[in-house]
Amino acid sequence: MKSLAELSAIRDKMKDKVSLREGSNETRIVVGMATCGIAAGARPVLNAFVEAVAKEGLSDTVTVLQTGCIGICQYEPVVEVYKAGEEKVTYVHMSEDKVQKVIEQHIKGGKPVAEYTMK
Amino acid sequence: MKELSLNILDIAQNSVTARSTLIRIDLEETNETLRITVSDNGCGMSKEMVENVTSPFTTSRTTRKVGLGIPLFMMAAEQTGGNLTITSKSEKDYPDDHGTVTSALFYKNHLDFTPLGDIINTIVTLIQGMGEIDLIFTHKSDTLDVLLDTREIRETLGGDIPLSVPDVLVWITEFLKEKYNIS
Ligand SMILES: Nc1ncnc2c1ncn2[C@@H]1O[C@H](COP(=O)(O)OP(=O)(O)O)[C@@H](O)[C@H]1O
Ligand SMILES: [Mg+2]
Repeated sequence: MKSLAELSAIRDKMKDKVSLREGSNETRIVVGMATCGIAAGARPVLNAFVEAVAKEGLSDTVTVLQTGCIGICQYEPVVEVYKAGEEKVTYVHMSEDKVQKVIEQHIKGGKPVAEYTMK
Repeated sequence: MKELSLNILDIAQNSVTARSTLIRIDLEETNETLRITVSDNGCGMSKEMVENVTSPFTTSRTTRKVGLGIPLFMMAAEQTGGNLTITSKSEKDYPDDHGTVTSALFYKNHLDFTPLGDIINTIVTLIQGMGEIDLIFTHKSDTLDVLLDTREIRETLGGDIPLSVPDVLVWITEFLKEKYNIS
């Protein structure tokens, strides 16, 4: 049985992590979650980013956010990446299986994945 | 949409946009029917607005362009012989008691019934993105009695740990899977 005690353990583990509360915003991954995005498959894309950020231990510097319609519905699912001091990168027609490469090459490696951006 | 759970995510995003502080998602099933109700305490809509958002293709429309989220959900219900209703109290007319209830009835045995799909994923996705807003989720049928209340979770976590922390989202996923007897 999942218990609230386990939640208390999470609380105790997290207590000292200041970054959580401050909401570190060095890198922001923003997923379009309006009707057009959701219909085109944004939910699994969002979840793949959330999971990857957690798995790679990037939570201190990378935040995954949801937004409404980005305005280019025909390119959904759309994901925007904002890195401090860099220009925004817009990924289009995203899918779950493209997420790992964006994490590896762009989020960690600093090199945007050109083939996933808008042509 | 491929799954009703995606419509639910989309409809609940309306409640987020409407500056709600508490959202409820209630699913009730019988052998033949599924009722999905999303309620919030957000800014609400005027009567005219409600009429508009539920009839996007009528030519009599005068107000600004509105989206497709509600019409898609409505269509999914009506194509099973069901229906969708919205009752809303706008903040302007009901300053102390405003909000919106969007409720859809589906006939599950109809050929055009869209499966519910991954409702756990929808709930967790919603919680990931809703910040300070609280969510009550229930799913009831002969065999199910699921209840999740993020207010209880926040209470246990204490004031300053957001629900969007990965460990918390994993806990919520596991909690719901247990309630659904998925291992
Ligand atoms: N729960 C709600 N509270 C307040 N307003 C709402 C709510 N749901 C829908 N609306 C209004 O109805 C409009 C149409 O909703 P929808 O069909 O989902 O399209 P969209 O969200 O893309 O505008 C919204 O833009 C909003 O103004
Ligand atoms: Mg909407």
